[in-house]
Amino acid sequence: MSTEKQEREPLFSAKNRKLLTNPLSTDNPITVQVLGICSALAVTAKLKPAFVMSLSVIAVIVFANLIISLLRNGIPPRIRIIVQLVVIASLVILVDQILKAFVFDVSKQLSVFVGLIITNCIIMGRLEAFAMGNKPWPSILDGIGNGLGYAWVLIAVGFVRELFGSGTLWGYSVIPETFYNFGYENNGFMILPPMALIIVGIIIWIQRARNPELVEEN
Amino acid sequence: MQELFNIFVKSIFVDNMVFAYFLGMCSYLAVSKTVQTSVGLGLAVIFVLGITVPVDYLLNAYILKPGALVWLDAGFADVDLSFLSFILFIAIIASMVQLVEMVVEKFSPALYSSLGIFLPLIAVNCAILGGSLFMQEREYPSLAQATSFGLGSGVGWFLAIVGIAAIREKIRYSNVPAPLRGLGITFIITGLMGIAFMSFLGIKL
Repeated sequence: MSTEKQEREPLFSAKNRKLLTNPLSTDNPITVQVLGICSALAVTAKLKPAFVMSLSVIAVIVFANLIISLLRNGIPPRIRIIVQLVVIASLVILVDQILKAFVFDVSKQLSVFVGLIITNCIIMGRLEAFAMGNKPWPSILDGIGNGLGYAWVLIAVGFVRELFGSGTLWGYSVIPETFYNFGYENNGFMILPPMALIIVGIIIWIQRARNPELVEEN
Repeated sequence: MQELFNIFVKSIFVDNMVFAYFLGMCSYLAVSKTVQTSVGLGLAVIFVLGITVPVDYLLNAYILKPGALVWLDAGFADVDLSFLSFILFIAIIASMVQLVEMVVEKFSPALYSSLGIFLPLIAVNCAILGGSLFMQEREYPSLAQATSFGLGSGVGWFLAIVGIAAIREKIRYSNVPAPLRGLGITFIITGLMGIAFMSFLGIKL
């Protein structure tokens, strides 16, 4: 009934802008929806792999959302999971081949985690919750929004861990030599896997302290 | 035999799926509210990893690896199909999960009713795909070693989820700062458990 109205809707209407901005804060995929934690933590010891991983996930989620949204009326509900997995897996193979071709060293660092984008719950979750029931353009926006929401948490964790763990950012040394002369030490603890969890825990803490409606009942 | 046991113990404690690689975190966080359900999910994961890793091992050794197709014809010696591994592994996992679900439903309705809801969830658990991908990356030389790696990873995941569920059941009675309740504190506890598990790193096997 409202097809005409929707066609006239501007590309960046208030509703569409919400799709883009909500996942950045109040509906963040990692800290609120609890999706895609698996790969989020393992690749954040350094900034560069975290950044490459974020780009890969954004690319996969946007295209998967677009493709599934275009196909949504032709997919029988019983086999939709398999169809979604095939679409995602093909996109991930593309991303993997591109990474191997252009940034081989990062691709080696990410090792199996590129492949694990397939089972990244953000992507399945958004396909299932959004792209299966929405038009292509809002689905693309939803993909970009959620991808960016995932990306900023990853990059924030990568930033903190690399800065305090190795004293570098993007591989360049940023802590001045004089600090070390006065007895400053890199905190080797930051490099270890458990610290990623604790940093995400702290990000959640800060976010919920500023935004009390997100606080959970015990 | 010694070798198999080493791989088994190593994949439980040293290379623990949850604490060292953060695999299967989504269901780990979502299903760890009570010990009972987490035991069910943990058992299902052991079961599925114990089946899919060996199956994917055979797939990798006889179809995907560079030169794996030699058994078919010597002319295939330089065919490398490893770029297909993601899509084949996930297809195997999805169909194995389906198959396991049907077999369990047929032969053990009691187990099915306790595992039932978790089995479909497992197809998208990254610990399962991760198990197969690590198996491929580490190039285990034999089927038995790959199997013991799969089972060990499953047991490690089981231990982790049962542990966190037990802690979460108890922490309900303590006074956690409001913004940290639920998800936040679970992350931090998992981090602390991870630090405890790191003490196994020194073990030489």
